[in-house]
Amino acid sequence: MSSSIMPTNQKQPVIRCTSVFKIFGDNAKAMLAGVQDNVDAKAFQDAGCIVGVNNASFEVFEGEMLVVMGLSGSGKSTLLRCISRLTDATAGKIYIDGQDLLAMNNKQLIELRRNKMGMVFQSFALLPHKTVLENIAFPLQVKGVSTQDSIKKAMDMVELVGLMGRENYFPRQLSGGQQQRVGIARSLAIEPDIWFLDEPFSALDPLIRKEMQDEFLRLQGVLNKTILFVTHDFDEALRLADRIAIMKDGVIEQLDTPANIVLNPATEYVHKFTEEVPREKVLRIESVMDPVNDSEALSDLKVSKDAIIETVAEAVLSEQNPVGVTDTNNDIVGVLHPSKVINVLFGGRANHPNH
Amino acid sequence: MLNSFKHSRPIQFGLLILIFLFSYFLVPHSENSYFWRLPPLLKELPLWISTLLDNLMFKWFTVDVWDPVWKDYEEKTIFRIITRAIASSVLFIIIFIREIFLGGAQTLGTLFSDTWIDANKWLSWPALPWTAVVAGASILGYQLQGIRLALLAGTGFAYLSVFGQWEPSMQTLSFVLVSAPVCFVLGLSFGIWGYLNKRVEGALQPILNTMQTLPHFSYLVPIMVLFGVGDHAGAIATIIFATPPMIRLTILGLRKVSPDIVDSGLMSGCNKFQLLFKVLIPTARRDILIGVNQVIMQCLAMTTIAAFIGAKGLGFNLKVALNSLEIGKAAEIGLCVVLIAVILDKYSLAWANKQKDYFANLNFFQKNKPYITFTLLTLLGVILSYLGALYFEDSINYLYYIPFNKGFTISPFLDAGIDWIWEAFFVYLNAFNVWLITSVLVPMKDAYLGMPVISTFIIVMGAGYIIGGIRSAVIVGSLILFIALSEYWDRALITAYMATFAVLISAILGIVVGSICAQSNFASKTILSICDFFQTFPSFIYLIPVILLFGITDTSVMIAAIVYAVIPATRYTVEGLNSVPLSLHEAGTMSGVSRLQRWTNIELPLALPHIMLGINQTVIFALFMVILGALIGTIDLGQIIMGALSKKGGAGIGLTLGIFVSFMCLAVDNLIQTWANERKRLLGID
Repeated sequence: MSSSIMPTNQKQPVIRCTSVFKIFGDNAKAMLAGVQDNVDAKAFQDAGCIVGVNNASFEVFEGEMLVVMGLSGSGKSTLLRCISRLTDATAGKIYIDGQDLLAMNNKQLIELRRNKMGMVFQSFALLPHKTVLENIAFPLQVKGVSTQDSIKKAMDMVELVGLMGRENYFPRQLSGGQQQRVGIARSLAIEPDIWFLDEPFSALDPLIRKEMQDEFLRLQGVLNKTILFVTHDFDEALRLADRIAIMKDGVIEQLDTPANIVLNPATEYVHKFTEEVPREKVLRIESVMDPVNDSEALSDLKVSKDAIIETVAEAVLSEQNPVGVTDTNNDIVGVLHPSKVINVLFGGRANHPNH
Repeated sequence: MLNSFKHSRPIQFGLLILIFLFSYFLVPHSENSYFWRLPPLLKELPLWISTLLDNLMFKWFTVDVWDPVWKDYEEKTIFRIITRAIASSVLFIIIFIREIFLGGAQTLGTLFSDTWIDANKWLSWPALPWTAVVAGASILGYQLQGIRLALLAGTGFAYLSVFGQWEPSMQTLSFVLVSAPVCFVLGLSFGIWGYLNKRVEGALQPILNTMQTLPHFSYLVPIMVLFGVGDHAGAIATIIFATPPMIRLTILGLRKVSPDIVDSGLMSGCNKFQLLFKVLIPTARRDILIGVNQVIMQCLAMTTIAAFIGAKGLGFNLKVALNSLEIGKAAEIGLCVVLIAVILDKYSLAWANKQKDYFANLNFFQKNKPYITFTLLTLLGVILSYLGALYFEDSINYLYYIPFNKGFTISPFLDAGIDWIWEAFFVYLNAFNVWLITSVLVPMKDAYLGMPVISTFIIVMGAGYIIGGIRSAVIVGSLILFIALSEYWDRALITAYMATFAVLISAILGIVVGSICAQSNFASKTILSICDFFQTFPSFIYLIPVILLFGITDTSVMIAAIVYAVIPATRYTVEGLNSVPLSLHEAGTMSGVSRLQRWTNIELPLALPHIMLGINQTVIFALFMVILGALIGTIDLGQIIMGALSKKGGAGIGLTLGIFVSFMCLAVDNLIQTWANERKRLLGID
């Protein structure tokens, strides 16, 4: 486990879900009474109910990015909507900063959204009658911030997402990527602690998507928000996530770091995603390094234990000797043998979960 | 055999028609047989309604009110006080707007005493010079769309003035300017309520259906009883008629807002109020403004009908001209109504399609340019009218205000043209007229009147059962039963025969013309814009040319109904055929279909549900025109509804018969909608 990106567990989680269920249908509540574990989706379907989220329990810590990955109909968006309370969970507990979300009344909920939450939508969901600037200032104005202050703040946001010069455009005059930048700026305008992103880049062309992912990583580097990110794209999840939750039919199949998911897929379903993944693009040096052996002669090159293998492979392989691995304090914590790198690059993908 | 019967609608309908024919010829035409005619059990219904209104107005819930003139307390019912208060406030606003255009002292009269006004003749609003109104209309057109609309609006308004129709035109305009905003506010409020509350929407639907299918005439009398006679009564009738489409389009527009936009509003921290007014309504802006367009069109369509209960304006003059058979004059007035309708239609559509622009960086003059221009041009108009006063001295000041019928007129030319047409074509027109009446209309009418009531129920409920199962059969059956239990069944049959004839011809014409036009993009566009143009005409306009050609006969009404009802049939056919996906066309082409095969095998089956919705509209349009035909004298339900206007206790009769017509529409509507929805579901189109 890569302990450096896992926050320590003494801290209070920003989002905590325990046994969250979302079941669509008239008599869902009655059918759920007394259920402890995952429910049988088939039985519910026969009773006219559709299981959206099935017994989801997890925590998200401050500054962490949890990516919820699943194909369409897996319940990933429903889970997100439960946590933003755009829809009410049927059963279970959701805590935001220790406050019980489901117990909040409408007024408290509006307060929470006005001060702590921001959300980005797949379809951008910009208001067609407002300019870029007005759209971004909208959450502030709704909150009661004066026009002058809100526009000033919105201007900062325009700059942050790189839309300078287009602040007086209307959404209809922008490309998809630009519209989503506005969506991102709007969701950040109130400086939320928690940032929800519901498939934010799925509606974009592949090239623009890549560009927006880079932009997103840059923003997160600056802002360090607590993030719940929903996507159906496994590569996107691997690229962005601190941890990934893979969902299928409403159930979280596996929740772990990208490296662990690729190395140890928990179920057959997860394995199907991981088998085609080039592991050098996911694994960090840390996961293939050996303990320090003083008798070995190390080359002059040193690599960080958090580096992705692919990014340093060429340099490591051109060295004669094994390479030293450093931690954040620049102390040597391990040794990387080129053979291990070769193994990752060309060793096939024999990590079947049952082997 | 049984199985094929279960699945084949043509066989089912064939059997139904067979049973129908059996019953038609076997049931004896005897007044005592309930199979022939049902007893008029609901005969008293009109009386009940009239009595109810009477009691509300004069007997129930009375309070004593101080009468300042008689210096005594007078007993009045609360209901009457309320309705009369509404009436007088609506009237006040109408007169106020009218006086802006035409001048006058009536609104000032409420501030000062009458004697004071009489003593001070100078105390009255001066009329806005017509040049200023024309300038205003042009500027508005320019702001909303551009130079073309500016020219259209400017010349249109100038025409109204120069041809001496200024006064009635402005009366009509002021009438619309009061009714339309009220409709807008009412429609928007009810629409929002319906959007927020499913149960309210459920309750609104049948009410809206009935309101939209009630013939205009039928609620004139109840309104006359409640609100009196005059412009305000006309305005209130108009409001009742014109609000339903606004409510519908508001609900539709709000429902169409994407759920993500709603969610984004919620996540931005909107409360209910903010969500509604800052997110939902601005996003649904276009649909809501299309509703405004509908409202304005309906208001203009009501002008003539409102004239029956005392609304002044073009409609009133038109009614007088039609009654005295001054066709040339009627045509001239009709042209003015059409002009106003076209201009207002273009205005409201341009407003709906206009997208907001960004103007924050402009200075005061740039921002207020239209207002400043208008003020300057108004000043110019005032100066011009002063100069005109000097120049024309004691004769008419043509630069200020052209009185009624003192402008140019083309009616002598029109009359001459009409006379020429009569002389040249009378023989042929008359021959056609006589042939149509004696060999088509009269036999058809007799066939309808000779239909036993049981046969009617067999055919209507049978169709309902085949199309929509037992539910549809019961709904349609009870709608018809309501009519069958009244005294007016025979009259209803006559109305039905006229409508059937008009619908048949319109549907055939519309589908043929629509199908031909849909074959080319250019023709489609042309025919759709022709439909648009003719649809802006208020319905009664269609009566003018047909009276001219065929005189006062059933033929006139039929032709008017056909021309009016062919519009939706054509429009929906073109739209339906054009909406067939391109990929299917291409698939057909690659399978090697001919044009005709493509039409029968690909286009028509896919477009049929939409075309049937057009036929649904055609039925409603035709029924309305047939009822409106009472204006020129037919002997169906319409005639009695019109007659009720001048009868004691007419309120009940008018309303009851109106409901009958509405129920006929609703029965047809139920059948077609059920069929089209099922068909759409089967084809997987929305």
